[in-house]
Amino acid sequence: MKSWIVIRPQGIPVSLRIDRRVPLVLLAIALTTLLAMALNISHGEYPVPLLDVVKTVLGLETNNADYNFIINTLRLPRVLVAFFVGVGLAVSGAILQCLTRNPLAAPGIIGVNAGASLAAVALIVLFPSAPLFALPLSALGGAIAITILIYLLAWERGSSAIHLILIGIGLSAIATALTTFLVTFGNINQVSLALVWMAGSVYGRSWEHLWPLLPWLIVFVPLALLLSRDLNALHLGEDVARGIGSPIELRRGLLWITSLALAAASVATAGTIGFVGFISPHLARQLVGPSHEGLIPTAAMVGGSIVVFADLLGRSLFAPTELPCGVITACIGAPYFLYLLSRSNKR
Amino acid sequence: MPSFQPSARFQGRTPSRLWFGLILGMLVLGVSLLVSITHGVAEIPLSTIYKAFTAFDGSRDQLIILTIRLPRSLIAIAVGASLAVAGGIMQGLTRNPLASPGILGVNAGATLAVVATSFFWGSASSNLYTASGFLGAILAAVAIYLLSSLGQGGITPVKLTIAGAALTAFLSSLTTGLLILSQSTLDEIRFWLAGSVAKGDFNLFLQVIPYMLVGLLVAFLSSRQITILTLGEDVAKGLGLQTTWVKVAAAVSVVFLAGSSVAVAGPIGFIGLVIPHIARFLVGVDYRWILPYAAVLGGILLLLADIVARLLIQPQELPVGVMTALMGAPFFIYLALWQVKR
Repeated sequence: MKSWIVIRPQGIPVSLRIDRRVPLVLLAIALTTLLAMALNISHGEYPVPLLDVVKTVLGLETNNADYNFIINTLRLPRVLVAFFVGVGLAVSGAILQCLTRNPLAAPGIIGVNAGASLAAVALIVLFPSAPLFALPLSALGGAIAITILIYLLAWERGSSAIHLILIGIGLSAIATALTTFLVTFGNINQVSLALVWMAGSVYGRSWEHLWPLLPWLIVFVPLALLLSRDLNALHLGEDVARGIGSPIELRRGLLWITSLALAAASVATAGTIGFVGFISPHLARQLVGPSHEGLIPTAAMVGGSIVVFADLLGRSLFAPTELPCGVITACIGAPYFLYLLSRSNKR
Repeated sequence: MPSFQPSARFQGRTPSRLWFGLILGMLVLGVSLLVSITHGVAEIPLSTIYKAFTAFDGSRDQLIILTIRLPRSLIAIAVGASLAVAGGIMQGLTRNPLASPGILGVNAGATLAVVATSFFWGSASSNLYTASGFLGAILAAVAIYLLSSLGQGGITPVKLTIAGAALTAFLSSLTTGLLILSQSTLDEIRFWLAGSVAKGDFNLFLQVIPYMLVGLLVAFLSSRQITILTLGEDVAKGLGLQTTWVKVAAAVSVVFLAGSSVAVAGPIGFIGLVIPHIARFLVGVDYRWILPYAAVLGGILLLLADIVARLLIQPQELPVGVMTALMGAPFFIYLALWQVKR
């Protein structure tokens, strides 16, 4: 028995049909995520009891004056950055998988990461004195540049999904070669810093990192949600989408921009956290089914909680050394990826 | 695969012309070798090279030739030839114009293994690096090979390429993780990581050359069967080919060739991708000719790339892996655009 919740406000041309499972699932994930966040904040070299974490975040008085600084200045922004980066990557991946009609697509595989890495590593290695806020901007520039290049090259061939992916892989190789060049000849300390960034880490992220990320999410995540009907149509194939009256060239262009913008903003903030954009939509699909009105918010929540959990693991596994959360997500995501791949072949 | 229809282009390819082309290629290789030995930070005249072999007197120039440039050039040739043949076999076997050791993650596997060795053992002996690079390449090759042979009718080119990209992403993120944990490992290993024949150690080369030769031999011996296999699994079986055995032989050859190349020279990409296409363009669809041509052309290309890498930003050196990626990746994009159907 399928049952739907229909949201169709008067006067606004918006219509969402959401699977009845969605609100419950979202609530469950939200609670899990909040728990993970609280654990993440309480855990560390200076442990803070869970109850005090909650109190401090809510602005209540605790009996230790240090907690305010530790939590509100150091740990809370980091956790929030982790969450929102996960959201961005997951929504980007969900759109990409639908557009390419390929369950294996993800922002990391099609070249956005490589472009961002090149720009960021170039900044770190060549201009060591550059201010901190320039790094995300530079990464964003790299991600956008490579995105435009991919799209221009693929445009000639009708921007078909396969060509976009393959061109992304090719351009990644060029960008990676240049990055390797920088890594080989740069000053060793700078190179070390660059590697940490490249592996995808929310280490040392503060409010200054969170604020530039939020506008991207505020604009593009709702846009993705509004376009989810078109995603459903496109999911059936180009011809079907055209047949049921979706203006596909326009909508597809918008969706591509949404997906790449979200990926670029996330990568710019936290480096290349791999496989989140790939794995979250799959998990979400298991939870709420393939209809994109429900899939996109669920994937977003799942993605956010994955990065928060990965960060928690990365901080506690080899403490006091921190593993970047990108390494953790890759270790979880890659086997799942290969499993999916082998399963999709058997059909 | 491109160009399977016999067309006017193929009709002039008599065996004598093909032999002529191969010998011409070897001559070009010989000339490139001489250029590689004479050119560098110190220019050495040809006569000194001749004397180094006939009347060795221990002078500086002769020492440079015998201990640095000759080993380096030979390594470049052997690695280039091995990678090209490995790529050719991979493309034939998976019927995927985009297959090659670099794209499918074999290089990344070897890299991870070497970095892990350096991480856990500190500065290990070069033998240990070689062995671990070999092992890593083998594991990655086996993984991708298993993936590509799953299911009915094999895997589509695009999926295989994506699988390779994902495997590469996964392995390199583990590599990065290790490098972050230890800065000394990073400093020790980063030039190797970029792919280079500059610090190629001749003893190391002598250790792996038997594997390369065996790999090449197996490749050449099974080239007829590989040609048949490119017609498709079903057709090959219909023609009475033991496809499993051919696949196993080809896989062994690929692992030997790619593994030993990466062990000696680090992850050098795109030779294995580009060269087989050029060979196929020259000689058509018969792997009995494609593979020897690929070997010769691969040797030439890597040697030339190494010369350019050496001369471009003197006295510094570009890692040759960066050079080949910059030359090869545009070619990959070209292939993706024009040789892969929707």
